[in-house]
Amino acid sequence: MADTTEQMLQTAGTPRDARPIKLACRNVWKLFGANAANFICQRDGKASMAEVAAAGLVGAVRGVDLEIRQGEIFIIMGLSGSGKSTLVRCMSRLVEPTHGKVEFEGKDLLKISDAALIELRRHRMGMVFQNFALLPHLNVLENIAFPLGIQGQDRPTREKRAREVIELVGLRGREHFYPRELSGGQQQRVGIARSLATKPEIWFLDEPFSALDPLIRREMQDELMRLQTMLHKTIVFITHDFDEAIRLADRIAIMKDGEVIQIGTPEELVVSPATDYVAEFTRDVDRAKVISARSLMRACDGAEHGGVVAPDAKISSFSADIVSAGKPFAVVNGSGKPIGEVTPQAVIDLLAGIERPRAGA
Amino acid sequence: MTVTASASEARSRPVQLWLVVWACALAAVLAVFLLQDRLPWAVNYPASAIVPVADWVSALMNLIKSNFSWLTRSITAVLGVPLDFALGLLAKNFKIGHGADMLVLPRLSWVGVCIAAFLAGRAAGGWKLGALVGGCFLYIALFGQWTSAMLTLGLISIAVPFCIVTGLFVGIWAWRKPWAERLLISPALDLMQTIPTFAYLIPMLLLFGNSPVSAMIATAIFATPPMVRATMLGLSRVPSEIDDFSEMAGCTARQKLWRVLLPSARPALMVGVNQVIMLALNMVIIASMIGAGGLGYDVLLALRALKVGEAMEAGLAIVALAIALDRLSQAIARNHAKGHVYQEVSPSFWRRYPNLTLAVAILAVTTLLGLFVPAFAAVPKAIIFTTAPLWKTAVSWITINFFDTIEAFRVALILNVLNPVRAFCEGFPWLGAVFLLGLAGYQLGGLRLAALAAALTVFCAVTGLWEKTMATVYLCGISAFIASLIGIPIGLMASRSDRVEKIVTPVIDTLQVLPSFCFIIPVVMLFRVGDVTAMIATVAFAVVPAIRYTNHGLRQVPPALIEAAKVSGCTRRQTFLRVQLPLALPEIMLGINQTILMALAMIIICAMVGTRDLGQEVFIALSKADSGRGIVAGLAIAFIGIVADRLFNAWTAKARARLG
Repeated sequence: MADTTEQMLQTAGTPRDARPIKLACRNVWKLFGANAANFICQRDGKASMAEVAAAGLVGAVRGVDLEIRQGEIFIIMGLSGSGKSTLVRCMSRLVEPTHGKVEFEGKDLLKISDAALIELRRHRMGMVFQNFALLPHLNVLENIAFPLGIQGQDRPTREKRAREVIELVGLRGREHFYPRELSGGQQQRVGIARSLATKPEIWFLDEPFSALDPLIRREMQDELMRLQTMLHKTIVFITHDFDEAIRLADRIAIMKDGEVIQIGTPEELVVSPATDYVAEFTRDVDRAKVISARSLMRACDGAEHGGVVAPDAKISSFSADIVSAGKPFAVVNGSGKPIGEVTPQAVIDLLAGIERPRAGA
Repeated sequence: MTVTASASEARSRPVQLWLVVWACALAAVLAVFLLQDRLPWAVNYPASAIVPVADWVSALMNLIKSNFSWLTRSITAVLGVPLDFALGLLAKNFKIGHGADMLVLPRLSWVGVCIAAFLAGRAAGGWKLGALVGGCFLYIALFGQWTSAMLTLGLISIAVPFCIVTGLFVGIWAWRKPWAERLLISPALDLMQTIPTFAYLIPMLLLFGNSPVSAMIATAIFATPPMVRATMLGLSRVPSEIDDFSEMAGCTARQKLWRVLLPSARPALMVGVNQVIMLALNMVIIASMIGAGGLGYDVLLALRALKVGEAMEAGLAIVALAIALDRLSQAIARNHAKGHVYQEVSPSFWRRYPNLTLAVAILAVTTLLGLFVPAFAAVPKAIIFTTAPLWKTAVSWITINFFDTIEAFRVALILNVLNPVRAFCEGFPWLGAVFLLGLAGYQLGGLRLAALAAALTVFCAVTGLWEKTMATVYLCGISAFIASLIGIPIGLMASRSDRVEKIVTPVIDTLQVLPSFCFIIPVVMLFRVGDVTAMIATVAFAVVPAIRYTNHGLRQVPPALIEAAKVSGCTRRQTFLRVQLPLALPEIMLGINQTILMALAMIIICAMVGTRDLGQEVFIALSKADSGRGIVAGLAIAFIGIVADRLFNAWTAKARARLG
């Protein structure tokens, strides 16, 4: 059983892996302190936390390797001080990494000229900030048109584009309001619209909803999903909220003390956490919403089936049916061929939080 | 328990050690004082060893003057153009050509200026502010101070934009280059703000002569520091996310500064503008001594002739001008801080700027009318009030009826308080002062502060100004002490009752905007010239920060802590003494520090009413145009301020660090 599930998990990943890599970090380090660059170069880009501390340096980002594929929502998740904000700033070179490579479509960002970097940021990158970072002296329309003005577009062109994105984020009628006249949620809509005005390919969102009330936060998460189904941006999303990460992510990278501990889909993190630290995060997660039939199924043992489910169906979508039916459900692939079954007992165990030996454990 | 006990013992040991050190130090100084027949050189600085710094400075200034007169002359010529224009427009009429065929273009009509002032006030802060600002201008017109006030205003209107632009660029530079800020700008700003206003005038007088231009340059130099500080502060306070945003939007360095950072820092910049205007007004008044003319000159003339009525009238006109400018610029700053509100944008100019259009139209119409109707050109004599006789009568009535009381008060003050303190200060051994201040510096801030305090004190002694320095310290110290004694209890009351605060706030706001000159006039009327007058005027001038900081310090104690104290059963008195006061102490100390600095600035100006200290030294140097003497005395005054400021700040920083 263990072998089949692992195979399933791997095959589930394949269609995504076919997409090209948009942005990659190769052993990226950001150290603060005197002679940090020498320190890490001398060690060939390898150093333990103790060595960093012994040299009197602070390691904000330590040896991060990750690849972000085109069109995915990649979430960097960690508690405050884990280096996630610094990492995302290294990706856009707002913070200059001490060591390593940041590749944008295979080209090393750290080697390009200032002019090329400005050009790249103007047309291909967008960023949304935790506290909105709206310009207080400009109204909504002017704020959204601002990045276009910086590029040198004339007023009619940039205002036309600004009105399009205002429409997109549902702020029509508020074009002439100033930021302080808007609620937090509306201000962040302006921030989102402003970052989309330049039609960026890669979209950095730095804890965009953390300053909002829980209800508004949920609404904005739905809004983000809606926009993503239309726009298909490559999204790098920072958060400290694991529930938010699970709701939105294609893949999640968990950071601690400047290191990435594990990268995987929400289900992978829940099913097979790499460390106790990751397990601690996933403990309170509603497993039925994260785990799919594929992870819970076992080989068919010939019993009668009370229904069929797709391998990717989340347990919560059929848990009530299977428990009331009292019979195992067949898991069928795209061509309708059964590849396994899920028993009511397994679903009940999952819902009740009873640990039984499972895949990879 | 044992752990805490031993920890507190370990902490109290250095305190006891310092007590012993201070006792020994004081004993040593006392010994020097008692043995002054044996060690006269340690008490009074020997005249033979005086370093002639003043002569060196004079020689340097003369060198500059003789070699760079082409430069100073061309500066005068260039700056004279806009200045003449502003003065002509507001006060003097334009005269084109000479002799019989001279063409005279009139200045702006006073009626028009008053209405424009009203419109500006209304646009910035509604009808109430409009009435206040318009009223102030009308007051100036009706009380016959129009031409003088407009001369003053003209000088300010040219000096202020100059200050703002210079301050902005220097501030940007300092913000961009931290080393420049640390090594160059910050020390320069500190020095510029502690050197007494008088001392600025001397080199200006020497280089640019007795003219409005040199007054304007002195004003511009004096009033620039707050703009530099406001720019640095504003830029450094722009949220880092906005900085990041500008990078991500792909701004070039120039776009980032001018289109993102400076507009975002606008509220802080506007506060700087307000301070620049008020300092410029203050300085223009004082610069009347080197040819600024205007209201300050009227006060100066009247004070010299002891015409109290006239001095009071011109002084009140200064007050009116100060209040109008302050409230107007503050309202504009507040509007900027609040940000805009959505308005329909109209294409036509006059619809977009209705007040500006209206003001320009009214100014044009009334000025044209002035060509035909004299009443518009100059305030008609018939409607001018004068209150001078009234003030004169009031003062003579008081002097006739209360002369004995006032005199008794004055004499008692001199005999019992001022003279003993003065004798103590002037007899204080200079070596002892250097030693004690150095020791204090060492305790509070380590070796560097000790060296600074000692070196600056030594400067005052070796330039031969020791006695005058101590005379300044005595008058300044006693005034600051009394100001704190009055101010702290008022601040305390204000912090405890919102009603008191509501009454106190506008009063101290107004006291703060008044140019220092204005404080002398009423006191001179009652107490004539001398130390008592100087002391009372200084106390009135310097009491504001003591009140403000005490109130603010006590009010900012977190309510949760006061609740915690109440819950643990503290009485009101205990809550105050054990919780509020200790927590507010750093802030109160800061207020006392400000009080001392303001007292120092005021004491110097009081040289006009006959004190015998460093201020007198500068004043004499000014009248003799002796730049070396004036600058050295000015530096000595600045050094007193810097030593006091640094020691207090180190103390406050320590107290703050302890409170966390």
